[in-house]
This record gives sequence, structure tokens and C-alpha cells, in this order.
Amino acid sequence: MRSLKADRVDQPRRDPAPSRWGYRYQRLMLTPGFRKLVKVGLPALVVCGLVAGWGAREANRQMVADAYNDMKTQIQQRDEFMVKVMAVDGADETLSADVRTVLPIEFPVSSFDLDLEEMRQTVAALPAVADATLRVRPGGILQVGVTQRQPVAVFRGPDGLKLIDAEGVLIQAIVARADRSDLPLITGDGARDFLSEGLEIYRVAGPLLPRMRGVVRMGERRWDVILESGQRILLPYADPVIAFERVVALNQAQDLLERDVAVVDMRNPTRPTIRMNEQAVTNLRQTSAPQE
Amino acid sequence: MRDLYQSQRAMRNMRQAAMQRGVVAILDVGSSKIACLVLRFDGPEQFGDADGVGSMAGQSSFRVIGAATTRSRGVRFGEVDAMAETERAIRTAVQAAQKMANVRVDHVIACLSGGRPRSYGLDGQVDVMGQVVTEGDIGRVLAECEVPDIGEGREVLHAQPINFALDNRSGLADPRGQIGQSLTTDMHLMTVEDSVLENLLYCIKRCDLELAGIASSAYTAGISSLVEDEQELGAACIDMGGGSTGISIFMRKHMIYSDCVRMGGDHVTSDISMGLQVAPAMAERIKTFYGGVLATGMDDREMIEVGSDTGDWERDRRTVSRAELIGIMRPRVEEILEEVRVRLDAAGFEHLPSQQIVLTGGASQIPGLDGLATKILGQQVRLGRPLRVQGLPQAATGSAFSAAVGLSLFAAHPQDEWWDFDIPAEKYPARSFKRAVRWFRENW
Repeated sequence: MRSLKADRVDQPRRDPAPSRWGYRYQRLMLTPGFRKLVKVGLPALVVCGLVAGWGAREANRQMVADAYNDMKTQIQQRDEFMVKVMAVDGADETLSADVRTVLPIEFPVSSFDLDLEEMRQTVAALPAVADATLRVRPGGILQVGVTQRQPVAVFRGPDGLKLIDAEGVLIQAIVARADRSDLPLITGDGARDFLSEGLEIYRVAGPLLPRMRGVVRMGERRWDVILESGQRILLPYADPVIAFERVVALNQAQDLLERDVAVVDMRNPTRPTIRMNEQAVTNLRQTSAPQE
Repeated sequence: MRDLYQSQRAMRNMRQAAMQRGVVAILDVGSSKIACLVLRFDGPEQFGDADGVGSMAGQSSFRVIGAATTRSRGVRFGEVDAMAETERAIRTAVQAAQKMANVRVDHVIACLSGGRPRSYGLDGQVDVMGQVVTEGDIGRVLAECEVPDIGEGREVLHAQPINFALDNRSGLADPRGQIGQSLTTDMHLMTVEDSVLENLLYCIKRCDLELAGIASSAYTAGISSLVEDEQELGAACIDMGGGSTGISIFMRKHMIYSDCVRMGGDHVTSDISMGLQVAPAMAERIKTFYGGVLATGMDDREMIEVGSDTGDWERDRRTVSRAELIGIMRPRVEEILEEVRVRLDAAGFEHLPSQQIVLTGGASQIPGLDGLATKILGQQVRLGRPLRVQGLPQAATGSAFSAAVGLSLFAAHPQDEWWDFDIPAEKYPARSFKRAVRWFRENW
């Protein structure tokens, strides 16, 4: 019978069996949850710990940030990303000079440093600009596409003559009315808000057009038409265009405005009224007085 | 009996849990080797035929994903002899199989060959309560069976109803739903020594495994090595293991008798070892390579070197002829087979309609054994190998693995046992209402 005592040390018996703890360890490692924990969770934990420990020092963090910024700058400053000139399209000389003034960019500059949307809003905020597009063209060109506002009338305001577009936006100041004699003149408080009405009055003027000096918005309510000789046509606040057409027709039929008339008052459409000059009144009285 | 009922039921539940988890281990604790198979259950079989008949007798619902064997140490006659050694051997086998399967196994179904199995035939009779036989009637008739005195220190391993009779009609496989008055059953009860069982359970428990079922290896070898016709018509399976030879007789697909001869291949080896004066390991080697039971004239001239490791290799160059070796082996094999003959006669095997005998197990691989067995056991003898199952390695398809393979079939499709039927209500103890209340409180 072999010894029941523990094996003698000098003669170790070869035993293929795993030890009790080795067996348990193997079974534990075959448990899916534990296996995942050891193979994924533990390494992840160690890596996170190392990174956190290393990053706990301010100098290390600074080093990482510096290296990052350095590399970022290096890439952004490459030739491929540099913008060297600005090209402005669709604007006349004054406007393109204005555009260059509001976009004070020192070329060359990296395209990463350009905030195109903000620059576009800056350009679009110019009074003479209806719309603007900005893009960086290949070859390092900052392309500014501008749609200019088209003046439709001259507006006389308290601070001088200005061009005005169809939407009532003041575009630019002009020195003299004669500079843009091709455009109608519109003035008066609130005239800008009813610009289309004023322009409509101009449109129906017909033969009266050469004699028209301008239209005036009166009391932010109704229009007056001023003619060359200082004659005024007072239009009602409702349907001023029809009233003006009537005046034009009257003029054609009876040469109304060729006479010494100071004011044609159409404010009450059912009762047009004429105010004559003092001289004319006197003459009228003399001629129409009964002969005694 | 009540405890047995509870413990077997607990094992059944454990088996259900293991099947649900999908992985269960099969452990064949034999005297010469310990085999462990890891089975994976994939639910309903994948390659089922359209007509509902599964391939391979339905055992393709599982797949062997791990297999390992180790030399058994500390097991003699199929019984645990040295606990620590056996535990280590089980650990080795389980660990290797787990490693191959790459899954952790918690539930194990074991089989054992020793423990002096004894068979009893029981019968019981009850009057059917209603018009037709219900499951409750079957439970009652099984409970009504008169249990013989199985002796002190013995435990029931199998208790299988093998026949039902309703009034004058016998041979019913399933009497449920049939109309009749008097229900009779025959039950096969198999007992083993409980100390053997407890030692094995303790070894398995020490390996952190949970037992999900236990079976006799003679029975499981019969399941795997007898073909369906043999099981139906009547056949005996002789599982010739290392330390013991199991006998199981099948009839109408039920085991009706089981016994065990406490002799096996290890005794042949020890005979060779003693007869030739060589070490047991060498004797085993000689037996495996040159063994046989039928001598021919050629065998006188075939010389076998039996050089033992006496340290005197130069001088110790003994040789024996193969005829001498056969002369040593044959009496022992004859003795085993004659003992089997005696057991079969005692069981009344000759009264069965078919008397097929199937030899399986590791010791059945001796060349010429079928010829010798024919002389002793009768004409209808064949050598059996276990059924093929999916994923079984080539090394584990030999006849030495018929018990392990049969156990995996048993795990997939267990036979109805007595404890699978509900115990009749009047047999419950009086505190059953209290138990019901407790169950309610625990579960809601």
C-alpha cells in the first residue's frame, strides 16, 4: 500500500490533474462575464488610470495642448489653405472700395481663420448691397460676389439728396439733382414707405411728365405733385393715382395748367377745386364784372 | 422513498435548467477511464425533415462540443475507492473537456457501473377513478406498487414503468385516455448501494459541479449500442468495462433487467501481469497490442518481447509466444462470459422472443471475442459500437465510449421514471395546505 501521507518532496509524483484552485481559476475564466471583465474591462481601467495619472500634472496637460495647437497651426498654414487676394464681382468702383474697407483683411491669411458667414453679413449690411456671396476659390482667392441695389428714384431728405431703390432703402448720396435727372424726385415724411405709390403717380403723368418737378408726401398721408412753375396738385389720400389721371385728362382737354392756376385741389374727388393766382383773380373779376 | 422522490425530482429540475442553459456535461466514471463529454443543446433540431421524423433517432438535437478522457485513478469495480484521486481524475477530465468546448459547465449527468446493482420487478393495481385513465391514475398506480425490501443501505437508481395493463389488455405503452376499470402496471426497480452513490456525489460536488441526473452505465450502454429492433424485440447488452461487466436486458424499448459481474478487463491485465511477471502498465500494453482469445498455429511462432523495466535491460529480454498470452487471457475472459451466462439464465433471458446479445465496452475489443462468446452465450452474438452522434471526436467513437454516448442520449431523451408522474394527492402529508400557502407567499 502506498503511503497515505503527503508525497515526499524528493520524489515528486507526476500528476496530470489540475489543482483545486487551478481548476476553479479555469472555470472562472470560462465564465463569459468575468472573461469580458478581465479581457476588456481591466486593460481599459489600467489605460484610463495611466492616462489620468499622467494628465494630473499641469505641465503634461499644457504639453499636450501646445503640441495640438502647434500641429493645428502647421496644417492650417499650408500653402493650399492660404488666401492671398480678394476679388469683388458685380460692384462698381465706389462699392468695391467700400467692400474692401469693411473687410480689412491682411493677406495672406489662412482660410481656416476666415469667418465667411460673418464677413458676408458685414458686406450685406452695406446700404448699396442687396445680397452678397463669399467663397474661397481654388488658387487662394477670396471671391466676393455682390448684387448692387438699383436706384429707382431720388429722395430729398433733411440731409440732402439720396438715391433710393424700389424697397425704399437709401443707397447713396448725390450732390445735385442734375446728376440723376433721369430718375423721379420724391420727398416728404413717410414717402419712403409709399414709394411705389409715388412712382405710380409719375408713371401716369404722361404729357405732364416734363413739367413735373417732383412728388411730395404731405403729412404722411397724401401726395402733392409739384410742377415747374410752382403749381401744386393736391391729391386725396384715397386713390391718388385716379385723381391724378383726372387732372392729366383735364389738362389735355382744357389746358388747365397752362392757365394762371396756383393749386388744383383734388382732395375732395367729388368737388375738384382750383385756386388761382391773385393777378388772375383780379383779371377774372374785371373781365367778368358787368359793364356799367 | 419520499426522500428519493424529492431528490430525483430535484435532479430532474436541474436537468431542465441545464437544457435551458444549453450546456450540460456527461461524466462516465469507469474503472479504467473517466470520460467527460460536453453537450450543447440547440433547441429544436436544425435539420429536421418535413414529415416530422428527425434524423438519427432524434439525438441530433444536441452536439458534442467537448470531449476528454483521462486514466481513472482511484476507481475499482466501478466504485470510488480513493476519493481524492477520483476527484482529481474527474477534475482533469472536466477541465480538458471544458477547455475544448470553451464554455463553462455547471451541470453534470453521471453514470456509474458499480454498486452491486439489483433489479426488482414490481406491479401495482388500482381501480380507475373516472371513465378514462388520466395521468393521476398513472401516478396512483405507480404509487400503489408494492416496494420490496431493498435492503439496508441501498438506494433506488431507476424506477421505470415498463408495462401497463387495462382490465384484460396488457402491453399498453400509454393507457392515458383509454376506457377501463382496473389499471395494472409493471415497474422495473433498480437499486445500488447508497454509499457508492454518495461517494460519487461527493466527488462531483467537490469539483463545483451540480448533479443533474444519474444513471446506471449498463443501461446507458444498452441505449447507445442496441439498435432499435433489438431494443424492441429483446436483447441483452454486455458492457465489458475495466473493473466490472454490466448486463442489461431490453424488451419493448425498456430495460427490464440489469445486473453486474464484478470482473472486467483490468482482471485480464492483472492476470497477464502476474503470469508474465511484468509491470501492470506493460501488461496492459501487451494486452492491447497482442491480446486475443482464439489461438491458431501461427500464434506459436509470433514472439512478443515482454522486457520489463527491472533496470537490467541487457539481460532481461524475455519473450513469450502469442499463444502463451492467449492461454493466460482466455480463461479469465471465459470466466467473465460464463458468469454473464449465469446471470442471464437467472434473469430468464431464454424466454425472450429474441435472444440477441451485444458485446460492447472497452474489453469487448479483444480480437476473437465474438467467436468465444458465441460458444458460451449462444449464436446470436455481435459486437456493438455506440451510435454516432454529432460532433463526437473520432477517438471517442469506439466501443469503450458506449456508456458515455448512451448517457448523452439519455440526457436528451430521458425515460419516464416513477418520479416524473405526480404523486397522488392523498399521499401528500397533511401539511400540504400549509405548503401551498407558503408557495403562494414565496411566488407572489
